Amino acid sequence: MKRYDLIVVGAGPAGLSAAAEAASLGLGVALFDENARPGGQLFKQIHKFFGSREHKAKMRGIAIGAELLAEARGLGVEVFLDSPVAGLYENRELLVRRGDGVRHYKADAIVVATGASENMLAFEGWTLPGVMGAGAAQTMMNLNRVRPGNRALMLGSGNVGLVVGFQLLQAGCGLAAVVDAAPHIGGYGVHAAKLARTGVPFFPSHTVLRAEGTDRVTGAVIGRVDTDWNVVPGSEKSFAVDTICVAVGLSPSAGLLKMAGCRMRAEGPGEVPERDDDGETSLGGVFVAGDVSGIEEASAAMIEGRLSGLAAAAKLGFVGGEALENRREGLRSALGSLRDGMFTPKNRGKIPASTSEGLPVSESLLTNGYLGDSEAGRYPGVKSAPGVHPVLECAQNIPCNPCRDACPKGCIRVEGKIIALPEFVPGSGCSGCGMCVASCSGQAIFLVNEDIGDGKAAVTIPYEFLPLPAKGQTGTALGRSGAPLCPAEVAEVRLIGAYDHTALMTFTVPREFAMTARFWKSEVAR
Amino acid sequence: MKNDRVRDFGEYVPAPDDDLIVCRCEEITKGEIRKAVRDGLFNVHEVRRFIRCGMGLCQGKTCARLVKAIIARELGAPVASLSDATGRAPMRPMEMGVLANETGL
Repeated sequence: MKRYDLIVVGAGPAGLSAAAEAASLGLGVALFDENARPGGQLFKQIHKFFGSREHKAKMRGIAIGAELLAEARGLGVEVFLDSPVAGLYENRELLVRRGDGVRHYKADAIVVATGASENMLAFEGWTLPGVMGAGAAQTMMNLNRVRPGNRALMLGSGNVGLVVGFQLLQAGCGLAAVVDAAPHIGGYGVHAAKLARTGVPFFPSHTVLRAEGTDRVTGAVIGRVDTDWNVVPGSEKSFAVDTICVAVGLSPSAGLLKMAGCRMRAEGPGEVPERDDDGETSLGGVFVAGDVSGIEEASAAMIEGRLSGLAAAAKLGFVGGEALENRREGLRSALGSLRDGMFTPKNRGKIPASTSEGLPVSESLLTNGYLGDSEAGRYPGVKSAPGVHPVLECAQNIPCNPCRDACPKGCIRVEGKIIALPEFVPGSGCSGCGMCVASCSGQAIFLVNEDIGDGKAAVTIPYEFLPLPAKGQTGTALGRSGAPLCPAEVAEVRLIGAYDHTALMTFTVPREFAMTARFWKSEVAR
Repeated sequence: MKNDRVRDFGEYVPAPDDDLIVCRCEEITKGEIRKAVRDGLFNVHEVRRFIRCGMGLCQGKTCARLVKAIIARELGAPVASLSDATGRAPMRPMEMGVLANETGL
């Protein structure tokens, strides 16, 4: 039986981080994953991540995955792919499929980082081809390069539904609507706003009634629910779609831990292992990290992985004293800053009346998916100024601040905590470089020149669709709600390496639309 | 409460969505799960052994939460009061020939 200091199960963000942390402290580490490719969900995440520099913010998930994998391999972690772990037994023994047989492995410490699986909804027609988990649609698009359909309906407005909804648009699949049974949009407002300004409608307080079709999905019917979750008669709406994506949450894949006899506790509809602050379970030497111990974002999973790898190393005597304390303190503080703000697990389902700055939260953002034109100006990033300047339509306290670090001129202030709303500092000399626009993971920063002469204004938006428009092309400017506002001509399209695949597209509109035009489509409005 | 075998839940009343397939792998309907509870199977473990929901290829990855919710509703108990099915090796579908081929002992 092969023996290692540490065996990590699952090569996603948490597992790779745990393996790298432990290997960096001298442990001999093996990492098993059932998939043919490492990285877990990271290599599907083509969007830029939130957080701070220490959380790898503004990097795309796919790049973070590549970096983590290189780090782990560089530190000597043995990565075994196509190797499902079939069992976890007493005294940290594992049964692993390798090729056409199984092998036993033993380790002095184990980190289980098996992630989570998607929740499903059972409704009339849900077994028809075309109904799929949002994560499955994402795998089809971003790993296998297959477009799931031509027009989709998204069930669930959490971040998974919003992010995958946007990626469907990027893949050329229409998005008919985003539906959620809850009265408010569950994910980040900035993710919702990206969809809304392209014209995608939101239906909060609605549920799916049925999928239509005989051999495959040809349509979907939704209905409004009242406060007791009963469907209001006569509120049905139909959509002609060939794809229904289900994004109604994730459940930890904790089977191995339950099998090994870890004490479990109920969390939501499922069970998660009991664990201490370092991820150690009731079985000494068996740790958990990432979604298997409770659903969070990948950024948190990576830090949890580091913490469990560090704790495993400490338990086996590879690190101790001040070095251990300092590292642990740093990681815990990084994790703490991510778990702050409006969308932390402890605030789930609660809607604050005001931001931490004392500003009223945008009701329109929570129900329609976009900032109301009359609400936008109440936030500190949205101010009028002469010349080109950034407009930061960031209205919710989420842990994110790359915009501040991106601006070489000091135009953007994020004071105090990482969740503070960014403030535009007028008069600090914006050069229009666009680094803030490209750095915003929520695509919520625009450059506006409210007066370029001839009664025109120039608006620069982040643009992540292909084909890129050409200079001089005419189209239509859309407002925050996606409503067509006016004809708009493309003045410039910039794409440099530092923007990391986010093109900056500038269009011109009549001056009165400077503070409302936020998207552009090539179609000319009738 | 959840294992109170003398508790009277009343008669099984057919519902319009009883034909809805919940476990796709084993083609188990919502009605079959509801009836199983009425037949005295009061938790996930018992129901799955009785009618095989969650014991197909995906091992309940898709339906486990749905089945649990149906059982809980039928019992009139909170979902959190029911535990998940016990994990057993092999945790992933595996041919018997592979499982029997132990190497590197």
